[in-house]
Amino acid sequence: MTLTPDHSRTLEGKSALVTGAASGIGRATSLLFAREGASVLLTDLNETAGRRVEREITEAGGRAMFEGADVTVSEDCRRIAQLAMEQFGGPQILLNNAGIMRRASVVELSEPDWDRVMDVNVKAIFLMSREVIPWMERAGGGSIINTASGWGLVGGPRAAAYCASKGAVVLLTKAMAIDHGPHRIRVNCICPGDTDTGMLRAEAGQLGEDERHFLDGAARRPLGRVGRPEEIAQAALYLASEASSFVTGAALVVDGGGLAGPM
Amino acid sequence: MRLPNKSALITGGTSGIGEATAMLFAREGAQIAITGRNEKRGHAVTAAILEAGGKAIFLRTDVRRAAECERAVNETVKAFGRLDILFNNAGIFYPHNAIECSEEEWDEQIDINLKGTFLMAKYALPGMIAQGGGVIINNSSGWGIVGGDKAVAYCASKGGVVLMTKAMAIDHGRRGIRVNCICPGDVDTPMLPADAKLRGLAWDEYMAGCANRPLGRVGTAAEIAKAVLFLASDDSSFMTGAALVVDGGGTAD
Repeated sequence: MTLTPDHSRTLEGKSALVTGAASGIGRATSLLFAREGASVLLTDLNETAGRRVEREITEAGGRAMFEGADVTVSEDCRRIAQLAMEQFGGPQILLNNAGIMRRASVVELSEPDWDRVMDVNVKAIFLMSREVIPWMERAGGGSIINTASGWGLVGGPRAAAYCASKGAVVLLTKAMAIDHGPHRIRVNCICPGDTDTGMLRAEAGQLGEDERHFLDGAARRPLGRVGRPEEIAQAALYLASEASSFVTGAALVVDGGGLAGPM
Repeated sequence: MRLPNKSALITGGTSGIGEATAMLFAREGAQIAITGRNEKRGHAVTAAILEAGGKAIFLRTDVRRAAECERAVNETVKAFGRLDILFNNAGIFYPHNAIECSEEEWDEQIDINLKGTFLMAKYALPGMIAQGGGVIINNSSGWGIVGGDKAVAYCASKGGVVLMTKAMAIDHGRRGIRVNCICPGDVDTPMLPADAKLRGLAWDEYMAGCANRPLGRVGTAAEIAKAVLFLASDDSSFMTGAALVVDGGGTAD
């Protein structure tokens, strides 16, 4: 044996497609994937912020391209997948990360809000994956990572549509893992706990709570703090890379111990 | 390197997943203490690491005995100055249902797989807390999450490992200790042929059953070691109390 560690970048030569790439976990993961050698096709509704992420990556010497899209629209998903193929080949890695939160009980929730949460958080995964999987099959494999949530495994207050959508993501992940494992496509999801992103801070507003008080509550977990987007990105990198070559159908909980049990 | 100058203690480090993890950790810069009951195999693993320029010691340890666990922790700290990573990996499996399982086999599996994990953590934690942090990874199993045939004591022990992992994560998270477990599916280790033999199954037939999962194959010890490395390193800095399933999709359905 030799003790020489492998210094090559983890995703050298790979092509990745990231939805919801303009901010939060999607942005942090795109930056990390690019740093690890991947070419990253970024997409998001927010074009201004998306182009900023593209610039961050390219100015640091990485390869990235942003293209605006609404991933709840099938034509948009087809266009984005085609673009990823044309620009960078592949993709061998798909991070279905676009997501929204509506803090409301079923009584408070409007029907359009229900539909929007389900479309962005769940249907977009279906729409994007069905574009990408045939290419992955032909290329001999790939890794799909879906952003679920701790609230895809347990319920939470005033988050009915979000919990329903994220629970669906966890089981959609397992179903896809079963269907496409024989083609060497691995499908896993991440279940982050509260992470310091714009979405988390916006929740305080939706609940009519003071932001500081809300964030203090979010930090109440064994590690005593909320997560950083970069920490969730590391989990996505593990699932995207060959380091997880025997992992599929898994829900990787990254939550500072929030789901371990009541403290 | 992902574990530069870290000190790691791996129980059951003489073969299979433990051996593969020892090799990988050493490549990533860690100093390694391995325990086991087979001295010859233990010294073969440390010799391979030493010859490659790494640092490794073998500590003959029966993790069922508190005094031996305490000594393993103390000897590791004496050799390397500290203990950063504890991988509770020692495990044993007898394929028996409740009627077939003898009381001695029950005790042996619970004591090695579950009590050994408690004892090692018990003696490793005070030093980790005093130094401001540490990482514990427990080796559970897919059969710590779902049941399996002819595995009553094993399932009980591994289910116990999953929930003890979560309990320890809650207790010690605030002191900078992360505690997670891995849940491997069938992995190509010496445990598989032993299991096939005890079940009286032909090897080909047995392996075809093991490979019957979405990825269509059993795992390699090196693949499990990479999951352990992820949990041992700062890459998983926001993870504690988690059960990382590494099973080729075996528990997806």
